[in-house]
Amino acid sequence: MPDEKQVEYVANLARIGVSGDEAEHLSSQLSKILGYIDKLKELDVDNVEPMRGPSLKNNIFRKDEATDSGVQEDILKNAPSREGNYFKIPKVIE
Amino acid sequence: MDNLTGLTGIQIAQNIKNSKLSEKDACSFFRERINNNTSLNAFVESYEVPIGADGDSSLKGVPIAIKDNICIKGKKITCASKILSSHTAVYDATVITKLKNAGLKIIGTTNMDEFAFGSSTESSCYGVTKNPWDMQRVPGGSSGGSAAAVAARLVPFALGSDTGGSIRQPASFCGIVGFKPSYGRVSRYGLIAFGSSLDQIGPLTTNFTDCAHLLNIICGFDEHDSTSAPIEKKDFSKSLIEDVTGLRVGMPRQYFAKGIDEEIKNAILGVSRLLKEKGAAIVDIDLPHTEYAVATYYIIGSSEASSNLQRFDGIKYGLRESASGLMDIYKNSRRAGFGDESKRRIFLGTYSLSSGYYDAYYVRALKVRTLIKKDFDDAFKKIDVILTPTSPTAAFKIGEKATDPLSMYLSDIYTISANLAGLPAVSLPCGFTKNNLPIGAQLIAKEFDEETLIRAGYSYQCATDYHKRMPELK
Repeated sequence: MPDEKQVEYVANLARIGVSGDEAEHLSSQLSKILGYIDKLKELDVDNVEPMRGPSLKNNIFRKDEATDSGVQEDILKNAPSREGNYFKIPKVIE
Repeated sequence: MDNLTGLTGIQIAQNIKNSKLSEKDACSFFRERINNNTSLNAFVESYEVPIGADGDSSLKGVPIAIKDNICIKGKKITCASKILSSHTAVYDATVITKLKNAGLKIIGTTNMDEFAFGSSTESSCYGVTKNPWDMQRVPGGSSGGSAAAVAARLVPFALGSDTGGSIRQPASFCGIVGFKPSYGRVSRYGLIAFGSSLDQIGPLTTNFTDCAHLLNIICGFDEHDSTSAPIEKKDFSKSLIEDVTGLRVGMPRQYFAKGIDEEIKNAILGVSRLLKEKGAAIVDIDLPHTEYAVATYYIIGSSEASSNLQRFDGIKYGLRESASGLMDIYKNSRRAGFGDESKRRIFLGTYSLSSGYYDAYYVRALKVRTLIKKDFDDAFKKIDVILTPTSPTAAFKIGEKATDPLSMYLSDIYTISANLAGLPAVSLPCGFTKNNLPIGAQLIAKEFDEETLIRAGYSYQCATDYHKRMPELK
């Protein structure tokens, strides 16, 4: 069961900020949910193949051709911050 | 024509074709109903000018509503999440292109649980949608806005998406037909992804005739979706036949065991009696791994969701909370933008996929999924279609399950397995509780055998009038 420390570890992996109170709350809720999910341990699945999807029998590749969907400006319009044709973020190199 | 609420989509299209009704008047009629019933909170946005093109089909000119997780070029798309609240779609989903080519008129987008995480539409950033049969109750979810809108005849039909029951369960709570096609039948290109091995787009309609005609329009292979099935397209309207002679209907013992409401159980037994009278054979079957479906689904669905929702990082689109460094932009934006249920699913999924837990949770769930699929493969050797309740209860009260995520998850117990196995399934209206709340029956068929669902559902509908009842709106 994830304790608050583990919740903070998972929060970091998931890139979601949490306060101490939130971590405590999430820890108790996730423990309850995972407690139910532990049901799956009742089953012997040693010789069972995992099923990743219903129809993913073969991977389907498209032709490796460059296309222009012509929506660059529309995409950039959705950006929270931009400069010219770039997404803008704070400086990351010291 | 004064009142279109009693007409099916096909009847509206016929009136348009015969020039008894203009496309413009049809849209105005439903737009007025939307505006007069905003207390339902079924719509996120309704368009003053409907979106459409000059295409043709058996449903040409008929208005339709779209769940707010399917992209309509140039229109707001939010998944009912704060993190996307200012986002504009830059392209049409394949289903939208198909609707345009068929001449339908898109009149708005409908409310939903945030990112389709939920069974009640309570997790929407726009607030809960009300059930038109009882405004104190939820419409189900996550396609609750689409279901409430269709049930209240604010629109003749709508599209939704179904990852674990999100079309069928709200259809059942609102007394309409909700159809989840086989995995691969309908392109998901332009559907904002939740669980990529589970998601499927489908129609919510008042009846099977409209359902078959809408399926004809939205189904088919699409090179933009690598999971769409390269199989022959069928004319589903040919399955609108009132004949179930010889149809073998399986009733899984496990679905009628415990926790099911007596009124629901009796309504489903009523469906089986009627099908039997009409010539079907009712067979008891076993789906032994049913009790593991919810746990399996919440690991797989949440794992896929946590992966799919990584793209909401505050950089390329969506909400950005200002911060001095990149890492804090991610953390602050996602903290502010995602609601509680989205965070729970992301945490559960991230935990299941994390080093040290991957085999114990994620891989184990994938293996149990194989066992659940095998249950169906074995059952379908003896039968053609499975009959179950759609939900263990009728619509519950707003707030009743909101503070207990696990009890909310368990309300999906009957619908989840069809997504895990990739099977087509439909919920159809089959009765009312003593409190006048709709009850839904679920039919599940073999992969790509939508025709049997339509034939069985249509035959049932021909002998009953539950689908004709409408809620009284204030």
